[in-house]
Amino acid sequence: MNNNLIDALFVFMLAAFIGFEVIRHVSPLLHTPLMSLTNALDAIAVVGAIVLVGEKKSTFATVLGVIAIVAATSNVVGGFLITDRMLRMFKTSRPKS
Amino acid sequence: MTEFAGSQYIIEIIYLVASALFILSLKWMSSPATARHGILAGEIGMVLAIAGTLLHHGIVDYKWIIIALVLGSGIGVPLGMVQMTAVPQRTALSHAFGALCVTLVGTAEFYLRSPDVPKFMMSVLSMEVILGGLTFTGSLMAAGKLQEILPQRPITFKGQNLVNLLLFVVAVGSAVHLVLHPGARIFFPIIVGVSLIFGVLLVIPIGGADMPTVISLLNSYAGLSAAAMGFVLDSKLLIIAGALDGSSGLILSIIMSKAMNRSFANVLFGAFGQVQASAAAGQEAKPVRSATPEEAAAILLAANKVVIVPGYGMAVAQAQHKVRELYDALTKKGVDVRFAIHPVAGRMPGHMNVLLAEADIPYDRLIEMDEINGDFPQTDVALIIGANDVTNPAARTDQSSPIFGMPILDVDKAHTVMVIKRGMSPGFAGIDNPLYYLDRTLMLFGDAKQFVGGIVRELSGGH
Repeated sequence: MNNNLIDALFVFMLAAFIGFEVIRHVSPLLHTPLMSLTNALDAIAVVGAIVLVGEKKSTFATVLGVIAIVAATSNVVGGFLITDRMLRMFKTSRPKS
Repeated sequence: MTEFAGSQYIIEIIYLVASALFILSLKWMSSPATARHGILAGEIGMVLAIAGTLLHHGIVDYKWIIIALVLGSGIGVPLGMVQMTAVPQRTALSHAFGALCVTLVGTAEFYLRSPDVPKFMMSVLSMEVILGGLTFTGSLMAAGKLQEILPQRPITFKGQNLVNLLLFVVAVGSAVHLVLHPGARIFFPIIVGVSLIFGVLLVIPIGGADMPTVISLLNSYAGLSAAAMGFVLDSKLLIIAGALDGSSGLILSIIMSKAMNRSFANVLFGAFGQVQASAAAGQEAKPVRSATPEEAAAILLAANKVVIVPGYGMAVAQAQHKVRELYDALTKKGVDVRFAIHPVAGRMPGHMNVLLAEADIPYDRLIEMDEINGDFPQTDVALIIGANDVTNPAARTDQSSPIFGMPILDVDKAHTVMVIKRGMSPGFAGIDNPLYYLDRTLMLFGDAKQFVGGIVRELSGGH
């Protein structure tokens, strides 16, 4: 358990640094789609809710889990959809070569 | 999760691939040319991760999972199809949904595991529900303000900061107690309840103009709460996704607060609007010069270089498509037209870019503040549409101004400045703008959409 925990902290630390480095290079032009994309990716929390519902350990847990899946899935679908719609609108005036 | 069943290895490998795809997805967002690959990578990662999770050996019943997935997708589609002007409130709402998911799962996990919860586990679980709870209600408040269901003006009461501090102490104190005595179940609903109230109180005193910073901060909290959930569930995928989202939100908040020359603490606890409302009182009427659409069109036609400065007012008036017609008409006559984008223009980071891109204005014409500021002295006309504070020269010169020190667009250095504005009443922030009284400034009074439409008619008709 304790080793898992330390591993997890290392993973968190590395991912946070990667996040900083990668996102620092995102053009301010795309900050809105960036936020809707990270929001969709963040909804990966749905996997925790899926296991919770599937394991059927208690009715209480299942009910909360179902609501959680609905909330997260709407973020996944809505988030990717609107990010794609936004990015499709960004066009350049330079002709494509 | 301690003994790995065969399928568990496969799932972990799938999660590993999904994590890599998520990182690539954000990496490709760095430029508009590759950004759509980024979405595809994210989507593939997401589908893989969800499909992989369904293989989980502990899952005994799929019925409710399927129902919930279908229902969530059904809600997600209309949320993905909202108008571009509604993107800020949609984003706030999705932060709320993400936080709701995290809070609910955290709550369920607590009641399944209590009283047998190790100390560290209980700490991250508390962090998960505190961050999740306050992000949930805070984001709902932000969405309500942006949708104008709630008043955009700051709502303040006496002793607000003290109440907030007290609530925070209660939440953290209860969490500490639970860590030490995981059997004291009664403290858990207290933590959740207090966090929910805390979220409401944290956001209601914040005014509309500060929304870009607040949305970014809530984005960061949503990510951190998801990462905490990853610790609870021992899911590296979730930790990675949460850390990426958390750092993204943090970077955006830093950029936003720098662009307003304010600290987080000041945004969250400053109740900005109050100070300024009083600063605006007692203004005597100073003379301004105004012009008609015909005159404005003539001045624009005579110009070589025009810079348009859009602000939230353009979004409110839904004037972006008319602005595009203006861009087309001027470009056709050989005028060089560019757009100057202040980082906090609009109600969320990058808001103006999306609105102008929707109106089919090429993105290489949208120039960031730092890049375009040096060009204003060589600019013939700066046309300001629905922006105010971000063009206020008092931020450079007047130490007593509430926005002193905020980086602004140096429009006052252009040869001619034209400002489309409904009237002389101070805007949302309530700060007087000396720009309007300069000799080189022309006020164009009217609704942004109608006025720009009038200029366009003049440009195309008078030829």
